[in-house]
Amino acid sequence: MQARLRAQDLTLAYDRRVVARDLGVEIGDGSFTVIVGPNACGKSTLLKALARVLKPQAGTVFLDGAAIASLPSRQVAKQLGMLPQSPVVPAGIVVEDLVARGRFAHQRLLRQWSADDEAAVRDAMAVTEVSDLADRYVDELSGGQRQRVWLAVALAQQTPILLLDEPTTFLDLAHQFEVLDLCAELHEQGRTVVAVLHDLNQACRYATDLVVMRGGEIVAQGAPEAVMTAELVEHVFGVASQVMTDPQTGTPMVVPADRQRRRTARTATSVG
Amino acid sequence: MITEPDPAPGQRPAATATAQRTVADTDAVPTPRPATTADASNRPRRRARQFVLRSPGGALSLRVRARALLVGVVLLLAAAAIAVVNLSSGDFPIPVADVLRSLIGQGDPGTDFIVHELRLPRALVALLVGAALGASGAVFQGLTRNPLGSPDFVGMTVGAATGALVVILLLDGSGLQVAAGAIAGCVLTSIAIYLLAFRGGTQAFRLILMGVGVSALLEAFNSYLIVKGRLDEALAAQVWLIGSLGGRGWTEVTIVAVTLAVLLPVVLHYGRHLDMLALGDDTATLHGIRVERSRAVLALASVGLAAGATAAAGPIAFVALAAPQLAARLTRSPGPGILPAAGMGAVLLAGSDWAAQRVLPDNDIPAGVVTAAIGGLYLTWLLAREWRRGR
Repeated sequence: MQARLRAQDLTLAYDRRVVARDLGVEIGDGSFTVIVGPNACGKSTLLKALARVLKPQAGTVFLDGAAIASLPSRQVAKQLGMLPQSPVVPAGIVVEDLVARGRFAHQRLLRQWSADDEAAVRDAMAVTEVSDLADRYVDELSGGQRQRVWLAVALAQQTPILLLDEPTTFLDLAHQFEVLDLCAELHEQGRTVVAVLHDLNQACRYATDLVVMRGGEIVAQGAPEAVMTAELVEHVFGVASQVMTDPQTGTPMVVPADRQRRRTARTATSVG
Repeated sequence: MITEPDPAPGQRPAATATAQRTVADTDAVPTPRPATTADASNRPRRRARQFVLRSPGGALSLRVRARALLVGVVLLLAAAAIAVVNLSSGDFPIPVADVLRSLIGQGDPGTDFIVHELRLPRALVALLVGAALGASGAVFQGLTRNPLGSPDFVGMTVGAATGALVVILLLDGSGLQVAAGAIAGCVLTSIAIYLLAFRGGTQAFRLILMGVGVSALLEAFNSYLIVKGRLDEALAAQVWLIGSLGGRGWTEVTIVAVTLAVLLPVVLHYGRHLDMLALGDDTATLHGIRVERSRAVLALASVGLAAGATAAAGPIAFVALAAPQLAARLTRSPGPGILPAAGMGAVLLAGSDWAAQRVLPDNDIPAGVVTAAIGGLYLTWLLAREWRRGR
């Protein structure tokens, strides 16, 4: 059986600057897929294409076997939600009103605030711990609070598939793990979660499926234990490292080599 | 820092369980926000009180802000009151009671003639044109996410004027032909601005700048037409240009009433899209909006409203610019709401018309002059405020 969400032969570009060619990926149903890779490798771009926010120049994203662009937008919005990287905050909107807008796809002209809407908004704010901020203006919140509010907006949409573009940015260590734990819980409840992350160790801890990208290509995909090796880190990030076992979780843990060794390694690769 | 251990997933909803309440089926239920912690109640309350209306079966469910509702009702009453005052005053004053009696069809023939034939069309044109301009401005400011993005600022009304002047001065037309010319001019100008500003998706700011440029061009062309025209025609054109409500009859009422009847429902239906578009194109798409289509429908409807209003009353300055912002301040809502803006527009224009007729003795100056004067002050204040905030 084919995965609910998959992409085939994508050419992704901003205007004329091509970011990726012939890119294909399958997001396993019920997986917690984490996309990693160096800056500008096209991971956010891929996520945007999967969420139909970026129109591919060629190729197709499929949702349940149908080209996502051909499906009614509102129908897609009930299946697939996304936390964008830097969304626009309109001035003068309070947290609860913003989270309530996450219900748009479920609402109709005369059915704007059903009991389901109310419960979804309340639950989304509770699990992201922004209930206390309900009355506050979004534009006066800290970066971390704002990030959790936007996560609540995406959760209020109540989609079985959830894409997250760098959900841990702006967050301190405690909140980073809270958000990742929340993602893990959503995953355990049966949702398909796809996240772009920067921290390889966090990626290895939480991912059931790791997608490693470089220069607009997918270099490796699979379980973190199978994929994450010192050679891969060297190849993808150009950083010499040692891959060990995380003493807490037993997942792979990347420990970069010290400065001296990394320098020699870099010279070696640039010559070779 | 030591954080408290996460409560187990099963325990989480318990914190909010107290907030659950049974919703009586048809009643309006006030929804106090669930107080989740003690400190939430210490902060000043910033959210307006609101009511939830739900029908049995859930076919209808609405959330109504008490404040927005109140502002809407007050604006409607104010507009109606000003209109009645306008009907009662004039060269031949009629007591308000007689005006009301005449309106419900129980006046004497003399009063009926003055109220129905002489004054009512003008009062209705003021109310309806004000409402159309307010709604048009609310939509356009919402689309451009900019308080300056209003139909009169980006050249639509200047375009309408050009259309009207061409009909008056070059084609010797009058009445309905002038109105048709104004609508055509408005729509053509809007399309031209859109095409000029279009480059792989429109950017709001680009659209506004392009509009300002185009309106300067058309302004020059309008002056040229007037200078070249015959004196009597040029005079008629000049009066039309200022935007006067004097001498408006049932034809003008019909033009703007039909415009509102057709376009206001469209705009209200897409009003919620406007809220989503305010979150940015990407977020709007993610939540199921077809961004380009929604924007096109809203923009066309906004242009149509401005065109109909201008066709009926000439280019009335600044109502579309100021009404949505004033209404948003009153309702304390993040975006310009369409209905409050329409109400505010009606109040502004009816009030300006009253001032135009009554404030300066023996001098029936066009309402457009009054709105322009008020609007100039408002614009200065707005720019000063935006400038301070921008730095």
